[in-house]
Amino acid sequence: MKAAVRDNSGRYALYAAMLAAAVAYPFIFRKPFPQDLAIKVFLFGGLASAWNVLGGFTGQVSLGNAIFFGVGAYATAVVQIHWGWTPWAGMVLGMGTACGIALVIGYPCFRLKGHYFAMATLAIGEVISTLFMNWQWAGGAVGMYIPIRDDTWKYFQFGTTKFPYYYVTLAFLVLSLLVSEGILRSRMGYYFRAIREDQDAARSLGVSARGYKLSAIGISSMLTSLGGGLYAQYVLFIDPPSVFPMMLSIQVVLLAVLGGGGTLWGPVLGTVILIPLSEFTRIYIGGTGTGLDLIAYGFLIVLVSVVQPRGILGFFRKGGSA
Amino acid sequence: MFLPELAQSLLSGVLMGLIFALVAVGLTLIWGIMDVVNFAHGDFLMSGMYISFWMYSLWGVDPLLSLPVSGILLFFLGVVVYQLIIRRILGAPMLIQIFATFGLMILMRYVAFYFFTPNYRTIQHTFLSGSIDLGGIYLPVPQMAAAAGAFLTTGAVYVLIHRTRVGGALQATAEDREAAALMGIDTDRMFTLAWGIGAATAGIAGSLLSAFFYIFPEVGGIFGLIAFVAVTLGGFGNVAGAFVAGILIGIIEALAGHFYDPALKTVFVYALFLGVLFFRPQGLLGVK
Repeated sequence: MKAAVRDNSGRYALYAAMLAAAVAYPFIFRKPFPQDLAIKVFLFGGLASAWNVLGGFTGQVSLGNAIFFGVGAYATAVVQIHWGWTPWAGMVLGMGTACGIALVIGYPCFRLKGHYFAMATLAIGEVISTLFMNWQWAGGAVGMYIPIRDDTWKYFQFGTTKFPYYYVTLAFLVLSLLVSEGILRSRMGYYFRAIREDQDAARSLGVSARGYKLSAIGISSMLTSLGGGLYAQYVLFIDPPSVFPMMLSIQVVLLAVLGGGGTLWGPVLGTVILIPLSEFTRIYIGGTGTGLDLIAYGFLIVLVSVVQPRGILGFFRKGGSA
Repeated sequence: MFLPELAQSLLSGVLMGLIFALVAVGLTLIWGIMDVVNFAHGDFLMSGMYISFWMYSLWGVDPLLSLPVSGILLFFLGVVVYQLIIRRILGAPMLIQIFATFGLMILMRYVAFYFFTPNYRTIQHTFLSGSIDLGGIYLPVPQMAAAAGAFLTTGAVYVLIHRTRVGGALQATAEDREAAALMGIDTDRMFTLAWGIGAATAGIAGSLLSAFFYIFPEVGGIFGLIAFVAVTLGGFGNVAGAFVAGILIGIIEALAGHFYDPALKTVFVYALFLGVLFFRPQGLLGVK
């Protein structure tokens, strides 16, 4: 008991130190590039953690999380362009919409297992992306520019500084981790893992598999949608290829699984390794637009899969030890 | 006015569907025999297209003549991919297999991007060109030749699997790996062969397409996804099923494109895919 208490206090001290370091970072690294890099790490870390709730904890491999990201981004843009709302309201609307879509997708899809579930989510992602391409009111294939305004929190736009984006995306990551930690500690977290390990056994013990899977996709979709809204505000331009891409769906899975799916810190670890790596390769060898960085990226993915097929998923197998 | 249009779209759909069928046959072979999802399948097709394109632009070789070259080269590429990558992740969880082939897809796509630029290429003058006029219904000759080639290749694969000893061994391996191994079938060779044939058929499909379709690094994405749909519709590992499904998809695409909206034609294909997945997960021709 005593050991457990001491163990925990050490962990909290570590968390506090990490948070302090994250808060201090933009004061030390004042150039745009390192700040932009950190914002991307926070954003993708949060997205990977959100996927992890569904894919890692509950074992439902979604290859369609870009749907929720795109819905969040679109809701945030549309409410400003068409109705003059603040982006914050758009993010809330996006989270609600994404959750609704997630439940509609989840209800039939959760009957499917393994490859079939993954392929179904992939196909639905393509369908939704195509529909947005052809939805003229939402910008169609051309996309939408969010009108540029002065720097205010109300419209969450800052042309002269990255600090607000930095702290808001940091808060997004922290929120995703808190939600994950809360799930892992709760009864629901145990049910999620029971479904992942053996759905039939879990059901025979009275766990409503579909109900908990729907909870998982609901939570995952809302967090992902929030990330999409923040992204839209950060870049101020969205179109279907940038917010609904299959690449994004797969990348969040990659980040989570590379670091250790099913654990609290795995997705963050994967993001901290992979995002800077891809950003640096993009800048140093991809600057000419020849795609050399993507060759390296593809090669890296193949290499990691082949060299460490068990290693990465070693975490995944044991799971939930966070 | 309506009937000729309908006939025209149906025919165009069948012609394109035969190509889809050939692409799907290779994918279903790999999937059915080893239960591995190959995301790079469309990029095998893209490689076949570029092989024909370069042989045409550098040496003036017609796609019909470069077709065997792409089949053979892609066969070896499939074997190499299996030996270097897939063999090492056979026992790995599904996600790792998805990543490995997804990484391969990115790798192949951007190697093409790097060396061949993202430009859209076409092959202008081939042996077969022009179109046949059947009382207002036009049948473009290159498409017909490609469809015929796809039909013959698919037929050859079908015969190989269902009428030969090697095919029997492939089927046995698909049915039960361990039992097949106990019967003296070298399952590793069967897997190698499946990847070789799977990639070769995609390469041949690419060469057939190159005579009339745009050639660009991302072209594999379109065909890869459609092949997935066809494989699911036809039942995993079912060559005849993939063939029927490929044609069906071609027809649906053509009809939706002509009578509804070309931009939304893939939505219909995916809707069919999802419908089958939910209501008939064993595929249209599958037996449960």
